[in-house]
Amino acid sequence: MLAWTIYLSFAGALVLALLPKGKNELARWLALAVAVAGLALAVQGFVAGMGQGSTVLVDLPWVPSMGIHFLLAADSISRVLVLLTGLAAVAGVLFSWNIEVRTNEFFAFFLALIGGVYGVFLSFDLFLLFVFYEVAIVPKYFLIAIWGSTRREYAAMKLVLYSFAGSAMVLIGLLAAYTTAGSHSTGLVELAHAGLPVSFQMWCFPLVFTGFAILAGMWPFHTWAPTGHVAAPTAASMLLAGVVMKLGAYGCLRVAIALFPRGLDPWGFSFIGIGSWRDVFALLAVVGIVYGALVALVQTDFKFVIGYSSVSHMGFVLLGLMTLNQIGMTGAVLQMFSHGIIAGLLFAIVGRIVYERTHTRQLAELETMHLSRRLPFAAWAFVIAGMASMGLPGFSGFVAELQVLVGAWIANPWWTIAAGVGIVVGVAYTWRAMQKAFFSDAHPSAHELEAEHGHEFAAITWPEVTGVVMLTGVSLFVGLYPKILLDAIEPAVKALLAGGVQ
Amino acid sequence: MNYADLFRVTLPETALEIAALLVLVVDLGFLRKAALRLRVAVAALLGMAGCGAAIWALFWSTGTGNIWGLGLANSHELLLVSTFYVGAAQTGILLLTAVTLTLLVGSDFTRHIGEYVAVVLMAAAGGLLVAGAQDLLVIFVGLELLSLGLYILTGFAKSSGKSAEAALKYYLFGGMSAAFLLFGFSYFYGMTGSTNLVKIQEAIVASGPSPLFYVAWILVVAGLGFKIAAVPFHLWAPDTYEGAPAPAAAFIASVSKVASFTLLISLSLAWLRPGEGSGAWPQLAGILMVLAAASMIVGNLAALAQVSVRRLLAYSAIAHAGYMLLGIAFIHGYAGQSGPSDFSKAALASTFSSANAVLYYILTYGLTTIGAFGVVDVVERATGSDKLDAFLGLHKRNPALAAVLLVLFLSLAGIPPLVGFWAKFNLFAAVLGVSAGPVPFALVALAVAFSAVSLYYYLQVLKRAYVMPAVDETSGNKIHAHPVTLAVLVLIAVAVVVLGCFPALLQGWIASFYPVL
Repeated sequence: MLAWTIYLSFAGALVLALLPKGKNELARWLALAVAVAGLALAVQGFVAGMGQGSTVLVDLPWVPSMGIHFLLAADSISRVLVLLTGLAAVAGVLFSWNIEVRTNEFFAFFLALIGGVYGVFLSFDLFLLFVFYEVAIVPKYFLIAIWGSTRREYAAMKLVLYSFAGSAMVLIGLLAAYTTAGSHSTGLVELAHAGLPVSFQMWCFPLVFTGFAILAGMWPFHTWAPTGHVAAPTAASMLLAGVVMKLGAYGCLRVAIALFPRGLDPWGFSFIGIGSWRDVFALLAVVGIVYGALVALVQTDFKFVIGYSSVSHMGFVLLGLMTLNQIGMTGAVLQMFSHGIIAGLLFAIVGRIVYERTHTRQLAELETMHLSRRLPFAAWAFVIAGMASMGLPGFSGFVAELQVLVGAWIANPWWTIAAGVGIVVGVAYTWRAMQKAFFSDAHPSAHELEAEHGHEFAAITWPEVTGVVMLTGVSLFVGLYPKILLDAIEPAVKALLAGGVQ
Repeated sequence: MNYADLFRVTLPETALEIAALLVLVVDLGFLRKAALRLRVAVAALLGMAGCGAAIWALFWSTGTGNIWGLGLANSHELLLVSTFYVGAAQTGILLLTAVTLTLLVGSDFTRHIGEYVAVVLMAAAGGLLVAGAQDLLVIFVGLELLSLGLYILTGFAKSSGKSAEAALKYYLFGGMSAAFLLFGFSYFYGMTGSTNLVKIQEAIVASGPSPLFYVAWILVVAGLGFKIAAVPFHLWAPDTYEGAPAPAAAFIASVSKVASFTLLISLSLAWLRPGEGSGAWPQLAGILMVLAAASMIVGNLAALAQVSVRRLLAYSAIAHAGYMLLGIAFIHGYAGQSGPSDFSKAALASTFSSANAVLYYILTYGLTTIGAFGVVDVVERATGSDKLDAFLGLHKRNPALAAVLLVLFLSLAGIPPLVGFWAKFNLFAAVLGVSAGPVPFALVALAVAFSAVSLYYYLQVLKRAYVMPAVDETSGNKIHAHPVTLAVLVLIAVAVVVLGCFPALLQGWIASFYPVL
């Protein structure tokens, strides 16, 4: 049934693209229906997949002469991420309820992107995975370039070129792996068992890993992320941070690490403490954590704060992957889920609830608006989301980052110490943004009060309330009862470690 | 060989020539006073009927048992073949010719519609000869028949100065390259005493490579490099693409390219085959690799700076020629294949995997580029310009046309699931499949990297069509496309999507031309 998430999304995109102009209300409800149906399928697939290993959903020969299959399958890592995609899709539709320009096209691109994302998470054939990975690129461009804000055309083009450069690296790796393995099959399982030579894996691993990690926002290839997130319309930045960056991390895990595990072996020599690709990428991840947090600390644009915080949080995912141990990698997958929810929530609050009413994202201007009094819902939602983002116990981020840190400690204590600095700075920038945007203590003058009186902010609408409640609820639920996801992720990571990583 | 055989084997070409004469007679004899629209419809329909008849003749002549084509009596020296990849290429040439004829509907660049269609059909006949030729003389005759037609077509818009300029440039470059080609051919004949491709190869392997052989090969590559617009023989392409009437430009960009690449495949299959003890192969293929790399780099980088969409398409065509030359350069592996010894269809098809991949690429590229020129033509007629800014707000002015443009350009950029992506993947996989090593790998990596670059300039056009608003009142008007044109363009876009989603369809179709013995 999970495969229908893909078909349904693409069918929805097609119908919306062909919808006559002017039927905005219909387009919204149609998009919501498709997204909710996708979420229902994802939940059903997750529940049905409890305790199961990898299950094949569809397996059709696609290009028989080259051994390419239309092979959709799911293990628990896929199911968790499909669940995340379903949640992000529903939230994204809810928070773009106010799109009035070219509404049907917006939701068509939105659902095409969602369909591509579902496809990547469910593909067990490398070629098919790559196809879905690229299918997801083009809608991003149009979503940002048409409906975006600050320097949207520049940001959209930058994002697309970064993504395409990354996928070109992946394509080279895919071609090389396919031909080195004897040009028989592009199935992930077959390629993993093809016995690729260590020397080949040694150069193919960094190529493919970097290619995917560009989309995961790995420092120093992260610069598309903040500009892209800021320029994107709310729903698109929710998706970018929520699921598209996860595509990159998922590719690192499912393709780079699982197919080329020997690429992580020590080189046999070490240079200033770096003796393998694993050390290199772990170092980049740690730099990303600290750098993203420090840059977020000095931003003047509210959305840039969230944009850089995404770079920082995605660093935890990459660090978790590079620990190569059970607890660290489980934490990485959980962090993908957790960050997808929390980042979506933060972008929704900043981009939709606040910006659409105040029409500014400059912290200095927001400071004068007394939002805690005028938009109490936004303020309290941001407090909750900020606490989740800081990694306070009780929210999903806490469990995930804790596991990553424990895993990193086992692998190399220095990584944990450096990443710990990132967490501390994370508290600081969230606090600073919250303080400046919502809780500035300057008392309003009588003149300001008068000015406010004529400009009441529009009331909070039901889609906003629903979206915020849904996302905070999920983050809180996973934080209080992480076992529900961990029980699913742990065996899948164990299987992946046993099948791929030594 | 007797004249009956000759007639039988050249039946498709004959069918095209008869159709050409018929078009002339009908148009000049009976429809002189008729409205232009009627004349266009009649001429285009007759032309397409001619293509259909030629396709039928192609199947009929290949179906009569002589799968190896026409040869001299008592020898295996072939003049013309129409099996293997050639059959697919010839069918492709005829189909693409028919599609370019549909672009005539609604165009008004000439009143001499009968002559136009007749020249197109004759040039297509030249293309068939070029694709099937296995003998230097036949190659040259076919190339001249094709090229002369193309020069005329380029200059067909008599009222346009650009068209005349482009035709003259094209003609001068073309004449020079034909001289190079003929000079090279004369060396081959002088060295080996034969005009047959296989005979020449055998003689060279027997005598060992000599410096003169390299000179001859370079001359031939220079002559053919002009036909396919490979750097540094590409200078005519941007001007011609810009100045020629759109249906003629589409014909040059598709049919002529298919024919020329099929010829290159034949030459490379025959001459680049590493014989026993022959060390000639790497150097010979090396020339092609240099051309391939140069075309990819120059074509893609120059396209970044274009403001005219036609010139952009010309430079992108140069880049695509570079990708395909890569497939030609690695048509045989280093290990060397001794040719088809296992005659099952699958084994033959895998022996010719690079040839099939190049053919797949050029056929799908040809179809896509015809569609692209069709869209440019409609926009140009409505706005009077082919500049990037003429495409502003296209999604509002004609949503269907904008959607077609989106599909075609993304396919050219190589975005899955469109056919352009599959063509690239197939080609690169074939290159790496036949020859492992750092050189092919580095070239494939270069090609993949530059196709990432190419996305930028394709998006420049799409950005104007979808993202940027129309600037003034006049450019906010609707653009009307003739229903027939629009239907053809939509069908091309659908084909690009369907062939991309089901790549095995076209692969199987090409493989079906491989005989089962």
